[in-house]
Amino acid sequence: MITYILCFMLFLVGLYGAVTRRNLVKIAISLSIMEFSTFLFFALLGYIDGGVAPIVNPAEPNKIYVDPLPQALVLTAIVIGLATTALMMAIIIRLYRKYGTFDIREIKNLRG
Amino acid sequence: MELAISVILGFMILGAIYSIHAKDLLSAVITCGIVGYGLVICFLLLKAPDLAIVQIVVETINLIIMVAVVLDSSREESYSKLDKQGIVSAITVFVLMAVLLYFFTVATRSLDELGKSTLRMAGPYIEGAAAKTGSANLVTGVVFDFRGYDTMGEAVVLVTAVLGVLTILRLKGKK
Amino acid sequence: MYGIKYFPLGGKRKGVDIKGGKDKMKGMTLIVKKTTQLIAGMIFLYGIYVIVHGHLTPGGGFAGGVIIAGAFILVTLAFGSDFLKLVKEEMGTTIVENIAIITVILIATAGFLFGTKIFFNNFLPKGIIGDLVSAGVLPLYNIFVGIEVAASIFIIFLSLIIFKEESQK
Repeated sequence: MITYILCFMLFLVGLYGAVTRRNLVKIAISLSIMEFSTFLFFALLGYIDGGVAPIVNPAEPNKIYVDPLPQALVLTAIVIGLATTALMMAIIIRLYRKYGTFDIREIKNLRG
Repeated sequence: MELAISVILGFMILGAIYSIHAKDLLSAVITCGIVGYGLVICFLLLKAPDLAIVQIVVETINLIIMVAVVLDSSREESYSKLDKQGIVSAITVFVLMAVLLYFFTVATRSLDELGKSTLRMAGPYIEGAAAKTGSANLVTGVVFDFRGYDTMGEAVVLVTAVLGVLTILRLKGKK
Repeated sequence: MYGIKYFPLGGKRKGVDIKGGKDKMKGMTLIVKKTTQLIAGMIFLYGIYVIVHGHLTPGGGFAGGVIIAGAFILVTLAFGSDFLKLVKEEMGTTIVENIAIITVILIATAGFLFGTKIFFNNFLPKGIIGDLVSAGVLPLYNIFVGIEVAASIFIIFLSLIIFKEESQK
């Protein structure tokens, strides 16, 4: 059970960074850390003791395989995490060119 | 196995805490790579080679894009003192963490130990998968044959995200 | 050398600017350029191997697509950027990405015509497990999803570089 609790603590560290930081790049890094903890939690759910990777060798059937279903869910989620982080970075660089700072409180005061 | 994953998770948590509090933005971005590359070792220990291949390349491209954004700016975080709004957000975060921790302990009370889970949903998938789909790689069989709708949806989400990036980074309309 | 001239979507780029703007992204040193000429082709071939053997070994469409995008990004970073050619590359890559996603949906719809009327029907013959030509429609799905993912990530990178250069003129 201790790995599940540590995985949840990584999620909480990312949540703390996303709420209390004022710099835009730090907020983007915290959201990325929250995504990593979710991927690890999914992969932990499907592990079986003494199992092998889920590739079938036709010469040796009947082995115990690790659960392939959580791995299939995480596989596409990783690539989509990259696309959303890149979208956030595009917005950040556009805000920097217009206002000259990364700080969200100064941007809120400078609007217009 | 639990000991090895717990040690690597400990390093990842330390790297994440440093990356949030760093003063130099470039150090924060590079320390985010520790969390990503530690995740690759965890995937290899959990017998998931597909995920390890994807995660290591995606993390490298993530670092390239973040460094490209950070490099042409003043690379420092201006530190200011704790004012009233800072205290309010800190208290909000701690209340939120307590509520989430309570619900987490309620929800995982019925989880088995690491490694002894019962394959209730994946039993039918594993038994006939190699014969029904004809592929030796079970994860590819599940992703493209048993769950083909999800893959089509995710590919369309990727195209939409690229459409959003192309729209935001356009400079041509200003005459 | 069998390097940069034989790259598809490429063209020869020089790192030294003769008629440049103010702050064009210059290429890297000579060691990096020579190493990239040797290695970029092999990374591209490895990506194609991971895609095509997606139903036999770990990997598949998504992993191979990101590896191919990594090869293209390496070439663009090491040789600097010539601005007009990058804009044409971006237009060509968008067309390739759109054709690939439409083909994926067309293959899925073609399951309607054969036998039972299911959307994602696996209608080609299945063959022996472990052969290269086996598992019905799965290798075709792998190839087209791989092309689409590679084109998407390369477009994200290219538009970032074009934005940084255009706004500094």
